Order: sequence, then structure tokens, then C-alpha cells
Amino acid sequence: MSEGSGAAAITAAIEASAGPALCAYVTAGFPSRQAFPEILRSVAAAADLVEVGVPFTDPMADGLTIQASNRAALSAGVTLEWIFDLLEAEHRHLEAPLLLMGYYNPFLIHGLERLASSLARSGVAGLIVPDLPLEESEPIREALAPGSRALVQMVAPTTPPPRLQRLTAASAGFVYAVTTTGVTGQVDLDPGDLDHLARVKRAARLPVLAGFGIRSRRQVAAVARLVDGVVVGSALIEVIEGGEDPGEFLRGLRNGEVPA
Amino acid sequence: MTTPIATSLRDLIEGGPPPAGRFGPYGGRYVPETLMEILIELERRSVELLADEGFLAELAGELRDFVGRPTPLTAAGSLGEAWGVALFLKREDLCHTGAHKINNAVGQALIARRLGAKRIVAETGAGQHGVATAAAAARVGLPCTIFMGAVDARRQAPNLERMRLLGAEVRLVEAGDQTLRAAIDEAFRAWVADPVGTYYLLGSVVGPHPYPWLVRRLQTVIGEEAREQVVRAGGLPDVAVACVGGGSNSIGLFRGFLADEGVELLGIEAGGRGGEGDPHSASLARGTTGVLHGAMTPLLQDAHGQIVETHSIAPGLDYPGVGPEHALLRDLGRARYESVTDREALEALRECSAAEGILPALESAHALAGAKRWAGRNRGGRVVVGLSGRGDKDLAVLADGAHHV
Ligand SMILES: Cc1ncc(COP(=O)(O)O)c(C=O)c1O
Repeated sequence: MSEGSGAAAITAAIEASAGPALCAYVTAGFPSRQAFPEILRSVAAAADLVEVGVPFTDPMADGLTIQASNRAALSAGVTLEWIFDLLEAEHRHLEAPLLLMGYYNPFLIHGLERLASSLARSGVAGLIVPDLPLEESEPIREALAPGSRALVQMVAPTTPPPRLQRLTAASAGFVYAVTTTGVTGQVDLDPGDLDHLARVKRAARLPVLAGFGIRSRRQVAAVARLVDGVVVGSALIEVIEGGEDPGEFLRGLRNGEVPA
Repeated sequence: MTTPIATSLRDLIEGGPPPAGRFGPYGGRYVPETLMEILIELERRSVELLADEGFLAELAGELRDFVGRPTPLTAAGSLGEAWGVALFLKREDLCHTGAHKINNAVGQALIARRLGAKRIVAETGAGQHGVATAAAAARVGLPCTIFMGAVDARRQAPNLERMRLLGAEVRLVEAGDQTLRAAIDEAFRAWVADPVGTYYLLGSVVGPHPYPWLVRRLQTVIGEEAREQVVRAGGLPDVAVACVGGGSNSIGLFRGFLADEGVELLGIEAGGRGGEGDPHSASLARGTTGVLHGAMTPLLQDAHGQIVETHSIAPGLDYPGVGPEHALLRDLGRARYESVTDREALEALRECSAAEGILPALESAHALAGAKRWAGRNRGGRVVVGLSGRGDKDLAVLADGAHHV
């Protein structure tokens, strides 16, 4: 990926999707460091975007499934360094743009001044940092060099209108709309909670992807009526944990038969 | 988006919430977007309420009639004589529920009620903040849920039962390190799930803005009283000593003397077993700056930014981070921080109990051990120690103390 194209590549991948765009979250090095590259390839072949999760000891926005995958990855010795090395070797063979999804501290300790070059060598187009609100994001924005690697902004059902305007304007690549108040992996998405997605879509110039709690084809269809696509995390981790084919699961979410 | 930051002592003494919650480079608000508006609103409303005469009168009334303030400053003659100093103990152990935690819990519970919260959630380590929160929630008539690490629940069993008797639902946290850090993670998750109806009653001067300021504001009563009392007893002290877990009882005590340049401020962290490479909880002395639980602050972490396991015999000190204001006080040279070992704390606990008839909490015993060491270097000095809580909760650990050290 050449300089200056991260945000644009992400947006283009979403816009090129025939149906609702699909962004797949996988925890780096899960279920094992050996098995992960194969999973990454299979997921990248089925999804429009791939979020590679950087494990952290204290994932405060995550539910049990992703907590457990983080813990497993950490005990297997996964580090941000390992992830950069792996992606450097892999990214040219992957069919979807890559993002890193992770809590702020590991990036901070890696060194913000080194971050842009590490992302560039490993072909990462953008970052999602769930515990980094806009107000605290200036140092990382400066480090990423405007226009090169995207910092995707999250918005929530609790985000009031004026703030929503600011967040969507500051986002790059796409706008990540959190479907509901809560942590990742909740089993039941309350349809009443989805109203705010339409509000996000109206406020955003960029494509909007909705995430948290998406696990069925029916939900994907419902959400896709309001925004441009979905992020699938915990459900995919469960599929990987169960030894099933993640690519097949993702294709099924978009158009196949998946239990509603 | 450059914001002015509180970097000088004068800014700190001034006392209002620091702009953007920054204490020099520390503090801030690193939380999921779901919580941002809630925290902005909490800051706005608590600033308003803490300047409102009606609210302040209500708070003062509760501190007097429910908590039992002012707490005494006890001259500890025998122990002082043994250590060669004039020793005064600020008796937070005499607060209702047995520790300083109730000062903050009552204040925030009153705020929660004014905000129209439907329930309160809180974390607890030693169980003292959990018990205080359960009591305060009962007092204001709100249901509450307390998250407690499974390891802490075992070593502080009496407090578990007390919380339940006070009407709290206690959820044991089996995830992570099963101590205070994991309990905070879990309380955050419960809060994110219902940010509007839930009030998160954080128990120390840690976490995202406005908590470090808000909790400090509510604990400052310790230092205000202590200063007045020690002056009445003959003059300002040479040093004020307190233990530092998250840092709330210490910041409360220190605030009383912040503007008194001649008064040394000494914070005591938990040094754990004290051997080379042993786990400990001394984040100010040995940590590196990072982001955890919503704030940038000194942390015990590895080279990859992962938080490491900590240890202290005192569950209330067993935490890998510390309040951002302490980090700034350290950098400014206004306060100094040392650590004492489990063994030193146990020794001080036994000495104080036998000499003074006061059984301190294991946390508070760290402050005593630190004061003893200071006394060794400063014969004839005048010392105020923050006795943050009483040791009844620690009887199980004390019964086979050697086993835990
Ligand atoms: C008696 C007592 N002292 C001290 C502490 C440490 O907390 P902080 O540093 O916030 O005062 C605790 C925490 O549980 C405690 O129970």
C-alpha cells in the first residue's frame, strides 16, 4: 500500500462491496500463532475489510468472548511487534485492506513516533482505538501523518448531535457506529437501539459501518437498511474457536443460509 | 486541540477541576465513546453541586451525622516515644464503616441521587470501598452492585458479608487477575451497558476525568480537619505520611498541607515481598507512564504495554496504577514516594496495636511503617500519619500472616 492511500483504500473497499459491506474482526494470534495466518487469509477473502485485534490485558469495552481471545493470544506471546512482523509477510497476499483494532496503551508504549512506519511496513491502512476519544487523539493523529493511515472514529448511541457532527467529520476511512450501549458480544441486539444508526448515517459523509452484537444474517440485513455495512467480531471469534470455517460463516452472513 | 494544563503547584492549590482533567502530562479521559457525554455531564453537574450551598450543607450534614466526622487526631504517645518523634494519627478508622472510603462514597451517592441515577455500581479491592458504597447507597435509597475480585473476596471475607447485609449485590470477578484491577474492568463494563441509568461510584482518585478531581475534592476533608487539629495541638507537622493505593486518602491528607511549604508530604506504596523481581504495587516509584482505566498515569506494565500482575498483602494497595495528581506532585518535587514491604507493614501494625490500642488496616500499616522509617532519619520530628482504616477486615490474613508475606 503506497503512502497516502490508507483512508481512501478503506473507503473504496466499502464502496466496492456489492451488498452490505462486511468488516471482520479477528484477534491476532488466536486460536494460536501457528493457525492465525491461515485464518487471516480465509477471512480476508470473504470480507471487505479485516480488523486485526491487538490483544490487551484490560479490554474494558469487550465482552467475555473477546476477553478470552485476548487472554489466549497474550499467553501465546502475541505482541504488537509480532503482529507487525506477521502482517509485513502476509499483507501482500491478502484480498482486503487491514486495520488494527486495539486499546491505546500498547500503541503508546510501542512509541507513537515509530507507529507510522510500523503500520506502513506491515501494510495497515488504519487504526481503531476504542478507548481513545477525539479529545485525546491529537498525538496519534499527528503521528499518523494526515491522510496516510486512517484513524477511524467511533460514535455511540449516547453521542449527542453536535458531538456526532464533530466525530463523523474527524473520522477517516469510515465511521464506526456502535449499535448499542454495552460491550462487544452481546447476544441480543435490541431493534429499538438501531434508530440512532439512521442519525449517524445522515451526519456522515463517509460510509458508516455498525458493530457490536452482530451475529446473524437477519441482523446484517436489518442494519444494512440503515447504514453501509457491519463489523462482525465476537460471533466470528466463536466460529474460529469452534474450529469451523470463518470464510464460510462470513459469506453466509452476507447472502447464504445462516441461522437467523 | 491544545488545552492549558495544570502544571504548577499554584494550579493544583487552586482546587477546581483541571482543564481537560490534566495534571501536567497525566490524567485525561481515555474511555469508549459511549461514556464520553456521561463524563462531561458528570463533570458539569458535580462542579455545580459542589458550589451549591444547599448541596454542601446536605453533604456536611451527612458527614457529621452518618459518617461521624470530624474524626479525631490522636496523639500516639507511646508509639511516638518508641520512634523518637511526636506522632499524631488522623483517625479515619473511626469513620462509619471503618475507613476513609465513606467520605467519597457518601458525597458521590448524594450526587448520584441528584443526577437521577437508577442504580450505583462500584469496584472494590479491600472491600472497604464496597462496604462504604453499599452503606451510602442504602442511605440515599439506591440499589447497588459491587464488583470484587475473587481473590480479594477470599482474603476479605467479612467485608463480603457486610456488603450483602447492607443490601448490595456482590458480583465476584473471576476474570483477569481477580483483584482490584479486574474489578474495575468489570465495573466499567457494567457502566457501559447502561450509562444513563447507572452511576459509577469510583473509589479512588484514579480513572477518567472528572473522578481524580471529584474524589480528591470529597477526601480533602481529611487534610482540612487534620491541619486544624495538629495546629491546635501545637503547630504544623514536619511531615504528613499516608499510604498510596489509588491515592485517595493520601491526596485527601496532602491537600490540607499543600500550601505549607515546610510540611513534607510522604506517600507510601506497597513494596510487596520486597525481593529482587518480586511483584509489588509501587507504580510511582517504579512504574512507567501509560494509559489504564481511563487515565494517563504511572503504571506497572511490561515492555509491550501490557499490565503486569501486582502484589501486596494489603488488597487496597494491590493495584498497578495510581492517581494522576500524585504523579504530578512527584514530578514537581512537592511530594515524595517510598515503598515498604509486606513484612515492614505487618511489624508496624503489631507495634501500633500493642502500643496504642489501635488496630490499623494493612493498608494504613504501610503508612505507619513509612513514618517509622522517616522517624529513624528525623529524631524529634513532628509527624501526622493518615490512619486510613481499621484492621478488623484483615484478621484472617493476620492470623496466618507469615503465610501471606
Ligand atoms: C483502609 C484503606 N486504606 C487505603 C486504601 C487505599 O486506597 P487509596 O490509596 O485510594 O486511599 C484502601 C483501599 O481499599 C483502604 O481500604
